[in-house]
Amino acid sequence: MANKTNPSLPLEYQSEQGKLNILGFWVFIGAEIILFATLFAVYGVLGVRHAGGPTQADIFVIKEVVIQTLLLLTSSFTAGIVMWELRRNNQKGINIWLVITLLLGAGFLIMEINEFQHYYELGATLQTSAAMSSLFTLLGTHGAHVTVGIGWGLLLILQLSKHKLTPKTASKLHIFTLYWHFLDVVWIFIFTYVYLAGVL
Amino acid sequence: MTKKERFPIVHIVGFLLSIAMTFLALIIALKTDFSKNTIMTFLGILAFGQAGLQLFMFMHMNEGEEGKAKIVHTVYAIFMAIVIVVGSIYVMTAGHPIH
Amino acid sequence: MDIKWDKILVTGEPMILASQIAIVLTLLGVILGITYLKKWKYLWTEWFTTVDHKRIGIMYIILAVLMFFRGGVDGLMMRTQTAVANNTFLDAQHYNEVFTTHGVIMILFMAMPILMGIINIILPLQIGARDVAFPHLNAMSFWITFAGAMLFNLSFVVGGSPDAGWTSYFPLAGKEFSPGIGNNYYMVGIQIAGIGTLMSGINFIITIFKMRTKGMSLFKMPMFPWTVLVMSLIIIIAFPIFTVALLLGTLDRIYGTHFFTVAGGGLDMLWANLFWLWGHPEVYIVILPAFGIYSEIIPTFSKKTLFGYKSMVWAVVIISCLSMLVWVHHFYTMGVGPVVNSIFSITTMAISVPTGIKMFNWLFTMRKGRIEFAPPMMWSLAFIPTFLIGGVTGVMLAMAAADFQYHNTMFLVAHFHYTLIPGVVYAVFAAIYYWWPKVWGFKLNERIAKWHFWLFNIGMNLTFFPMFFAGLDGAVRRSYTYSADASFAPWMFVSFIGALFLAAGFASFVWNLVWSIKNRKDLAVSHDPWNARTLEWATASPVPAYNFAVQPEVDRLDPFWHMKKSKEGLTLKKEDIKPIHMPSNSGMPFVMGIIFMITGFLFVFELTIPAFIGVAGIFACMIYRALDYNDGYHISTEEIIQTERTWREVK
Repeated sequence: MANKTNPSLPLEYQSEQGKLNILGFWVFIGAEIILFATLFAVYGVLGVRHAGGPTQADIFVIKEVVIQTLLLLTSSFTAGIVMWELRRNNQKGINIWLVITLLLGAGFLIMEINEFQHYYELGATLQTSAAMSSLFTLLGTHGAHVTVGIGWGLLLILQLSKHKLTPKTASKLHIFTLYWHFLDVVWIFIFTYVYLAGVL
Repeated sequence: MTKKERFPIVHIVGFLLSIAMTFLALIIALKTDFSKNTIMTFLGILAFGQAGLQLFMFMHMNEGEEGKAKIVHTVYAIFMAIVIVVGSIYVMTAGHPIH
Repeated sequence: MDIKWDKILVTGEPMILASQIAIVLTLLGVILGITYLKKWKYLWTEWFTTVDHKRIGIMYIILAVLMFFRGGVDGLMMRTQTAVANNTFLDAQHYNEVFTTHGVIMILFMAMPILMGIINIILPLQIGARDVAFPHLNAMSFWITFAGAMLFNLSFVVGGSPDAGWTSYFPLAGKEFSPGIGNNYYMVGIQIAGIGTLMSGINFIITIFKMRTKGMSLFKMPMFPWTVLVMSLIIIIAFPIFTVALLLGTLDRIYGTHFFTVAGGGLDMLWANLFWLWGHPEVYIVILPAFGIYSEIIPTFSKKTLFGYKSMVWAVVIISCLSMLVWVHHFYTMGVGPVVNSIFSITTMAISVPTGIKMFNWLFTMRKGRIEFAPPMMWSLAFIPTFLIGGVTGVMLAMAAADFQYHNTMFLVAHFHYTLIPGVVYAVFAAIYYWWPKVWGFKLNERIAKWHFWLFNIGMNLTFFPMFFAGLDGAVRRSYTYSADASFAPWMFVSFIGALFLAAGFASFVWNLVWSIKNRKDLAVSHDPWNARTLEWATASPVPAYNFAVQPEVDRLDPFWHMKKSKEGLTLKKEDIKPIHMPSNSGMPFVMGIIFMITGFLFVFELTIPAFIGVAGIFACMIYRALDYNDGYHISTEEIIQTERTWREVK
């Protein structure tokens, strides 16, 4: 793309296409906000309809949820450090913090899979009731997004090793971190309106 | 925009505040005796507060040439998100079908 | 899983058998024809792998015209069945399938693609841009939409059509009451097409925000891009809701969840709530670009600037905000209660105000202008009184208490056809007649156009006006027959006659395309055949790949009109021309479309493991794209000068 390098801008904004991609991704995040809002709305309506089966209070283990929350929150922080290292043009730093971010994310996912396993053993599955269907779909959609994010992050490490730091790889990195931060923002609402509300 | 920070101050402050707000929510939810509605109100304020904090401090929502456009667009999406959640719950619980 | 493997290919129905044979023969004919003419390479390099917005737009329109044919045949079949009482042309099951596919195809596979096509071709040109913001994503949008459409169309010959209405309400649409796979096609086919639409929404927003030519501030942009911008914002908000609804519907039907299935605590009304949260904004998604089209055509053929530009912009913005707040008016009668109904009655009636402002502004644009009755203008003129009927009957329906009488009668059917057809279909016809010369370099035949116009208009009114009275007389919607002593029987027969006129009108349109293409040399025109006002006309016809050799600088509305009046900016200087960067073609969107189609097919037939392999294939395509660092190519200055010299002076 027409590479009009304006060196006063951060690297990810130095190409026209990079700027377009970043702005386009913000619009996509708007769509994702609505996607998750709809899942929350469904959970809000159906979350109290247990059809005589297990309730949220029966199955939630808040201690584990807190650990998951800290893992994801920390990974969002380390993703921010990735961008800080980008602004310092430190490719080695980017790689380190990116790997840490993905490891924390993987930790979150492993705990979530364990959590679902635990619910299954307690007799709470996707098909048990409206409440469970909506719970698992909301949590599962978020978890699927985290999974895609980890794959995306790994691909980025690959691309950085091959193409180094350019306006193009910088904007890709920026967009990835936006996505990753967004997933933690969604989790704040899951933590509050699903887990905490579910045990009150 | 190119604040060459010695130390990622903004991120660290954002991180610590987020942890604090998370634990505050936990304490209010599990260790107090308020009514459910009161607790959920506090929790809601903390949740939206932490989300806003992360949007600005982590995601640099107001950054760039199109900072204003990003904010307007995201606020619009959040507003519509609230309409969908509140609207759906209201519509679905207001009349006969839910009972 | 309730799949009757021996009944996969729908049999026992002569019309369907005829269609199955016709489809196979047509496909064979097309494949053999292309092979004989040795055009495969051409098709692949010039069309299947293109990332050029103009070519993508043309493909969208071709898809939509084919779908218009199928949706129209569906409509004709319905009117034939209901022409007389106790008719046996279609039995109840097939009637249900026909009205379902008619609705889905007309809205999602005709109206949406044709508007996307028109927007794709014209939007970048009107804002002086060289392409959309994301050309590759644009190609993906088309092929994914195509995949969804093809999958959906396959249903009536392989596995069975969906039959629960275009609104697919639960519990009817659930596994308990619709045990076949027909309604899986609904959930999956539309889901796939919806992904394409969301991508287009993002694309158009960024294009309009970031790629306008120099001097074109937002409030110096023509009305059509404004309506596209607002439409795209609505898409961003509305489509994810439908994505979730379709996902939950799929989970309920195939994986035994309880979102909408009452056993297990599900709520069937929740489907209606989610569907209409999307469904109402959807009709504004289709009507707003149509309004934008009228806002381009009416000024051009009145030789006057659009009246009240600022109020037109604000009207569109207000319409879009209100459109998200009215959805319950589609199910006043489901028992939400008087308070909810009253709130939504008020918001619904409020929408008529900004719409009315727009109508008046169009009328004031024409006042004291010099009206030219070219085909595009004829459609625009017919739109005004006809859409008005749709609009005022909408206000009647908006009143919740009254709606208990009208709901789901033919009155409602008449209302929405009186808004959708004059609103969207007339605009599409107008747009095709208007911009056809820009795309192809020749006009469509005006005499045949007049036949098209009159047959279709008479047909439209004959078909749908009687439905108001039939509805008030007790004729319900979606009913395959009625008894001989029904008082509305004569109205239904008149409707049938009207449908024949509509068919003749559509046939005239297709005949016009065929005849005009055959005689295109006689119909050739210059780059500006209508003496128009906006930037898309400041290019050659057909438009070269790079659109503008030099992007024009504007400083006011109707920039091309002023360029002609002041004779500035119409010729080029050699020194101003630089090599132009173009994105490379790519086969990935086409491949991804095919994979989407196969994956969707596997989900429809509830073969989950193979389907997930398909999903992996989709991710593989995305990975391929992510690792693709190809940066396009440049068109040389010499080539640009050569192209430009074919139609204007280059000093």
